[in-house]
Amino acid sequence: MDPIVANLDFLIGGYATTLKLSAGAMALALAIGVLVASVRVWGGRIGSAAGGAYVEFFRNTPLLVQLFFYAVLFAPANLGLSRDPVVVALVGLSVYTGAYVTEVIRSGILSVDQRQSEAARSLGLSQVQTLRRVVLPQAFRTVIPPLGNLSIALVKNTAVASAIGALELLQAGSIVSSRTFRLEPLAGVVVAYLSITIPLAILTGHLERRLRFAR
Amino acid sequence: MRRLIAGLGALALALGACTAGPGASSPAASGAGGGASFAAESTMAKIQQKGKLVCGVKFDVIAFGFKNPTNNEVEGFDADLCREIAQKMGVQPEFVETVSKNRIPFLQEDKVDIVISTMTINEERKKEIDFSHEYYHAGQSILTKSDNTAIQSVDDLNGTTVCTVEGSTSEKNISEQAPDAELLLFPSYSEAAQALVDGRCESVSTDDSILFGLASQFEGTELRGEPFTDEPLGIGIKKGKDDLVQFVNGVLEEMAGNGRWKALYEKHIKPYSGKEAPEPPFKAAG
Repeated sequence: MDPIVANLDFLIGGYATTLKLSAGAMALALAIGVLVASVRVWGGRIGSAAGGAYVEFFRNTPLLVQLFFYAVLFAPANLGLSRDPVVVALVGLSVYTGAYVTEVIRSGILSVDQRQSEAARSLGLSQVQTLRRVVLPQAFRTVIPPLGNLSIALVKNTAVASAIGALELLQAGSIVSSRTFRLEPLAGVVVAYLSITIPLAILTGHLERRLRFAR
Repeated sequence: MRRLIAGLGALALALGACTAGPGASSPAASGAGGGASFAAESTMAKIQQKGKLVCGVKFDVIAFGFKNPTNNEVEGFDADLCREIAQKMGVQPEFVETVSKNRIPFLQEDKVDIVISTMTINEERKKEIDFSHEYYHAGQSILTKSDNTAIQSVDDLNGTTVCTVEGSTSEKNISEQAPDAELLLFPSYSEAAQALVDGRCESVSTDDSILFGLASQFEGTELRGEPFTDEPLGIGIKKGKDDLVQFVNGVLEEMAGNGRWKALYEKHIKPYSGKEAPEPPFKAAG
């Protein structure tokens, strides 16, 4: 335990970065997912094709490759957007996870029977009202469990950011481990990831049970 | 499960009986050809039985350990030291890539016999592994872009981002000598230097011996200031192999005596450092 105790501040710094990266990327991925899913469903032929291209491109290339690419692309010598590896990872994880969120939300929207929208429109609700009052509340219930799974996957994927030098949980543990030649810091890292993902899993399971009754 | 363990035990016994059997213990019978003969249970005899000396070296550090992409040969001072030691044992050298972070684990897990990988001898590492004599004296320095005039010494690194390698003494030295510098860590030096060129950090800081090679590989970069640390490089050996440490030291002393050490310096390091070969940091034999 000594190597963990002696470097506790450093490790907690990494833990905080992982938490921020996870929360930030999930929020951005949700925004991207809702937007692109809407375009895919209601955007006509061109919107549907563009949204589909986004999903297939980012879902079918390795996350690590994407992060390596952005790290160089965003560097001052190229686009000059940012050289902070945490910012690069935030963008990369958001865009990557956004592709999965898009598909989840799209399937949620499609799970609501077309006739419900038709009925709502014939009752005099506007298109926006139909979406807000009828379609989205039902779609929301369908997508909560898969979104929970995606958020757990996202937390685990933040570890990939260590490869571009982001000082997150794995990188912090790995540095302490190589400085002290001990395995305990890495064991601590495993426990720290579980301390994020297990509560998420419990929350997802809880919501899943509640929503099953609400149907 | 119990049966499996018993089976493995029997297998280990049988193997032990084989290697300890009459006739099999003679190292000259290993067929590797040449080389000295060693006591049957010595580490060197075991290496001779394998027929190869597995050396952990860097594959991306010019002048020390560099895998030449045109002919797939591992070249450099460290690589030739491995060849020299293997030759003295009468076995073939085999090269395994080690980066700073995995050097000590690779020794402890017996993935390599020795590590010759620009490794600094220090007290913390001595608790984990044994070292040979110091075979090269390096010092930490700074590599930056030629057009960056703001960085002249280690103090100037404060407030900038410094690229270096995980699990290296360089990383530790920077956090001590330039505590306000931001560190961006990579597994290998080539990645760190690429990050410098891309502008993701203002400098790469590590041993001058490594930076010489990087400066020649990456255009528009140069070394700045005098070395600000002492980095005695040593050959790493797993603890409990005192006979191998003595053997390796013997080879180094012989190389100092017959001029091989200086010849290797002139071949690999002089073209980059531009300096004449110094005296070897260890004593010659005799």
